[in-house]
Amino acid sequence: MNIKRSSSLMLRHFYLIRSSFPRIFDLIYWPTVQIILWGFVSKFFTMHSDYFNNVAGVILSAAILYDFLFRSSISYNMLFLEEIWSRNIINLFVSPLKISEIIMALTSSALIRTMIGLVPAAFIAIPLFGISIFELGVPLILLLFSLYLFGVTLGLLVTAGLVRFGPSFENVAWASLFFIAPLGCIYYPVEILPSWIQPIALGLPLAHIFEETRNILVNQTVSFTNIYYAIGLNLIYLTLAITIFYRSFVSAKRNGTLVNIGE
Amino acid sequence: MKSIEVKNLKKQFNTTEAVKGINFSISQSETLALLGPNGCGKTTTIGMLLGLITPTSGNIFINGQELNYKDHQFLNIMNFASPYVELPKKLSVLENLKVYGRMYLIKNFKEKIDQLIEDLNLKPFLNKRTGELSSGQKNRVSLAKSLINDPKILLLDEPTASLDPDTGDYVRSYLEKYKKENDISILLASHNMDEVTRLSDYVLMMKEGQIIDHGKAKDLIDKHGRENLEQVFLKLVRQKNEY
Repeated sequence: MNIKRSSSLMLRHFYLIRSSFPRIFDLIYWPTVQIILWGFVSKFFTMHSDYFNNVAGVILSAAILYDFLFRSSISYNMLFLEEIWSRNIINLFVSPLKISEIIMALTSSALIRTMIGLVPAAFIAIPLFGISIFELGVPLILLLFSLYLFGVTLGLLVTAGLVRFGPSFENVAWASLFFIAPLGCIYYPVEILPSWIQPIALGLPLAHIFEETRNILVNQTVSFTNIYYAIGLNLIYLTLAITIFYRSFVSAKRNGTLVNIGE
Repeated sequence: MKSIEVKNLKKQFNTTEAVKGINFSISQSETLALLGPNGCGKTTTIGMLLGLITPTSGNIFINGQELNYKDHQFLNIMNFASPYVELPKKLSVLENLKVYGRMYLIKNFKEKIDQLIEDLNLKPFLNKRTGELSSGQKNRVSLAKSLINDPKILLLDEPTASLDPDTGDYVRSYLEKYKKENDISILLASHNMDEVTRLSDYVLMMKEGQIIDHGKAKDLIDKHGRENLEQVFLKLVRQKNEY
């Protein structure tokens, strides 16, 4: 893997973001709206429910973390779709850029895009609702890392679909995270789910991440078991996603899809 | 040594045989034109040469080495341009050249870019977004990108399609000059018969995935008793399958 070659693709996306105010605005706008919306919902609950007095920041923190996941996954897909929409994809595939370098470039660029959206939203929540995601402390880094791994995993899987099936797979790109969200237990504990669904939810890193977020905020303790489970599951899914990504290229070359998606 | 050598190359998509066991080679400094009607297998053949499509069977040798579809190193000495493949529209011309200069790991790529800017007269629109350029300007930028790594083998798919005669002539003249100065091999797919006659050293006529005739443009015209290559093309494409 050549970092310089991989960084060329990052540079391409840096130029793209830098050149367009609407793109920067779009990156910041949606997470901020999401935070403000959930902030008011949380405040309403706080005012009208004794139970929620104890967990005032839980929903908002979960919303910020979920948005981080959503942005990282969507950013990954967007970066690849940008190449398809601009009809530049063939230029990339006829260059010496390796698949590992494409993965590295997309992963790094997606992180930058996600942070552009998350950081302002997280800071806005502090003065507006008196809730700081940074109260999660050091485990926040591990939770964000875990969420990012899962976002990249989903991004890789959807991108693999785009490579294999072409732009018709685009709709799946937008909907991918919504398929999984109910099982992710973002705003509610795993126990809320029907008992037969609970093992499936616990097979996803999301359930462990959001369980731990609630645990830290409500009980003021850290259980690293959830974090380790989440990271472990993430590594398994990520390995699987990378394998599928590579396989999709082999399949696309066999079926001639790469030429079709590029023109 | 041959720049490109293709042996019994076949590609089958499900039940469709797109390329049916073709053989050809391109020597160093030679321009080979690939002619044929739409759907004859030209794009599939170019796709296989660029590693975008895996052949069903057969072999491709680039500078004597068999093409390895898992190792992209052969792409360091090749490049490709087509009006159907574009550079990112929102990036300026200079930004696009910087991105591709870095992607091909060009040493002193600033000097290389400066040289291309001068050679292809890109300076007047260097900081303009690529999507805002005219077809002729886009074409020159695309050509600049395809030459950024000083390729030894250049694949061109209809390089002057949709260009006005003046710009088309500019591009053809530049390609002639560039080839002469840099000793490169070119594979040219085109529907412009005058362009093929002017630029190519050798012509392959394809139809339904097969090579139905080949030779120098002038020899083909004489052989088929026609006045120009377009008439040869029409004769071969319209005749019943006798090959």
